[in-house]
Amino acid sequence: MTEDVLQDAAAPPRTPLQESWRILRRNRLAMVGLAFFAAFFLLAVLGVILTSGRQPIMDPSAVRLSEKFRPPLSRWNRTEVEAEGAPAPPFGIYVLGTDSLGRDVLSRMLQGAWVSLTIGFVAVGISVFIGIVLGGLAGYFDDWPSGPVARAAAVLFASAVGVLLVVVLGLQSRDYLTALRNAYVVGAPIAILMLLLARLTTPATVIMRFVDLMLCIPRFFLILTVIALAEGGIFKIMLVVGLTSWMGTTRFVRAEFLSLRKQDFVSAARALGVGDFRIIFRHMIPNAVAPVLVSATLGIAGTILLEAGLSFLGFGVPPPHATWGKILADGKSYIFDAPWLTFAPGFAILVVVLSFNLFGEGLRDAFNPKLRDRGA
Amino acid sequence: MGSFFARSVVQKLITLALISILSFTIIVLAPGKPRQADPMNPQVSKEAVRIYRERYHLDEPLWKRYIIFYHELFTGELTALKDGQPVLGKIWERFLNSLPLFIVGTILTWTLAFPVGISAAIRRGGAYDRTATFLAYLLISIPGFFLAYVMIILVVNNFGVPILGIRTFGMEQVGGIRAFMDRVWHLVLPSVLGVTGGIAVLSRYVRGQMLEVESQDYVRTARAKGLPEDTVHYKHALRNALMPFVTMFGMILPALIGGSVIIETIFSWPGMGRLGFDAIAARDYNLLLGLNFFSAVLVLAGTFVSDVLYVFVDPRVSYD
Repeated sequence: MTEDVLQDAAAPPRTPLQESWRILRRNRLAMVGLAFFAAFFLLAVLGVILTSGRQPIMDPSAVRLSEKFRPPLSRWNRTEVEAEGAPAPPFGIYVLGTDSLGRDVLSRMLQGAWVSLTIGFVAVGISVFIGIVLGGLAGYFDDWPSGPVARAAAVLFASAVGVLLVVVLGLQSRDYLTALRNAYVVGAPIAILMLLLARLTTPATVIMRFVDLMLCIPRFFLILTVIALAEGGIFKIMLVVGLTSWMGTTRFVRAEFLSLRKQDFVSAARALGVGDFRIIFRHMIPNAVAPVLVSATLGIAGTILLEAGLSFLGFGVPPPHATWGKILADGKSYIFDAPWLTFAPGFAILVVVLSFNLFGEGLRDAFNPKLRDRGA
Repeated sequence: MGSFFARSVVQKLITLALISILSFTIIVLAPGKPRQADPMNPQVSKEAVRIYRERYHLDEPLWKRYIIFYHELFTGELTALKDGQPVLGKIWERFLNSLPLFIVGTILTWTLAFPVGISAAIRRGGAYDRTATFLAYLLISIPGFFLAYVMIILVVNNFGVPILGIRTFGMEQVGGIRAFMDRVWHLVLPSVLGVTGGIAVLSRYVRGQMLEVESQDYVRTARAKGLPEDTVHYKHALRNALMPFVTMFGMILPALIGGSVIIETIFSWPGMGRLGFDAIAARDYNLLLGLNFFSAVLVLAGTFVSDVLYVFVDPRVSYD
């Protein structure tokens, strides 16, 4: 009988995940955000299905020159469109109107939803990955300057940076001779410098100095510079955005690791003789994942806005792809004559980004241990 | 304390040196070259290209170019690749143009975000809090240039005042109050729109910080002593909640450059963001790198100021 009592007292009423979900469900704004998020995701998938393929059901790139600037909900002019040889709009109605080339705005928006979503997810994925690895290393090996594993990790990091630089420099040169020269002149000294730094100080210091360095360069400006100078497709944009936005994640993963490292379950694992990498990947990262999830949600929202800003300045995703930011940026020239070209993508971006932000903030509250078990 | 400041300055100088290497490498090795140095450009002769490349040391090895570049920058001899004007003079002129936007924007941010955040925290969960929260998210989520265009339409249609640029063309001759009002009208919209996101984010931070402090033991003690609510809020809680924002004050300097590209483009405001954007478009490495260095100096100066302020504000922090 005593055992039963002990069992009852020891067993938590709910798992942490259930508890977080319960808090999240009480937050009405966050649930609305989640609903919009799910709807947006479905819409994006639907958009890919409807607008891709050789003969898509809704063709986003079909030009109908006789149907320029038709307001939303206007019917199509069958004889003129057929005379032009262009495909019919779906259901014979331009639900969101047409643009300066007579393209159906709804089809373009549907195609753009998927592109915007992909840019957000891939860019944030890259930055979160870098952030977890660097932040984890910096947090776990913080006051451990003499450990062999820490040394190895630092040397590995330094050489990875060196190799990356050599590869990047090599890719940007015209012939392999210049590539080799650039690699020797710039890559090698920097790699040696990093190795020296890693020998002299702790790897945590090296990583956190690098974070400070990156934070000193204005982010939007850096992205603009790299994208403008190295013109490229949609993947380059994702890569550049991802490679320039990992600093925040690194900082708080490190903070999280610093506090986790002192907790009992980590000491227990270490006392049992569990290796460093197993402790990091099996015990600490799962416990640090909640704040990462929150910042990733907010990061996706930020990336969608960033892409719109880049498109506005003319450095966004190149032509065959439509993104919401690009439709919005293209529509600005016709804002008085065809306001729907501005307002449809503008409100769409607003609603999606707002729902991501509300959901992200709700998640933050739900994972916040201070809010748990209050008035349960 | 003196040794702390000395160490901090040395650390920042090292960071600055590393930034100069990093940005030089990124920008100089990126593909593309200035129009005048492009042998494929039909508008310039081979000879002109050669002279141009020699004039700007484009054929020297990289390490030599790095040394030449920063030597010229510090001695003020550096000229822009595009038009041969001194880089420092150009940056300074645009800096003075950006300054009014920045000052008005900062004043707006700090005078709006703090009262809103504090009242929201005090009336936590109430109608005011929920409205403020939702409005803040709305402002964070709206694409800046979309909002700007909507506002331009509203202002132009309802008030009929010209708002693009720094002043109306031809107003130079008009003196006194008319010219002043013209400047004010041109200043209002870009500075407000430039900081809407910042106001929203800062008010959220203030609210969170205030809530954090309100749940501390010493606030409960103050309340238990029987102090009036206002004293508890504004004397005990607020003073401690404000501490982290001292560091933030140093971090707003970089916004002078990076954050304003889009707003300056929309309002044809000849500021620093616009200068950088044009430098990128013209592949003007000298101007771009000079601007980059200038902004790095601003950032590091900002962090240094906030380090110093922190020592004075927070009695618990002492660097000995």
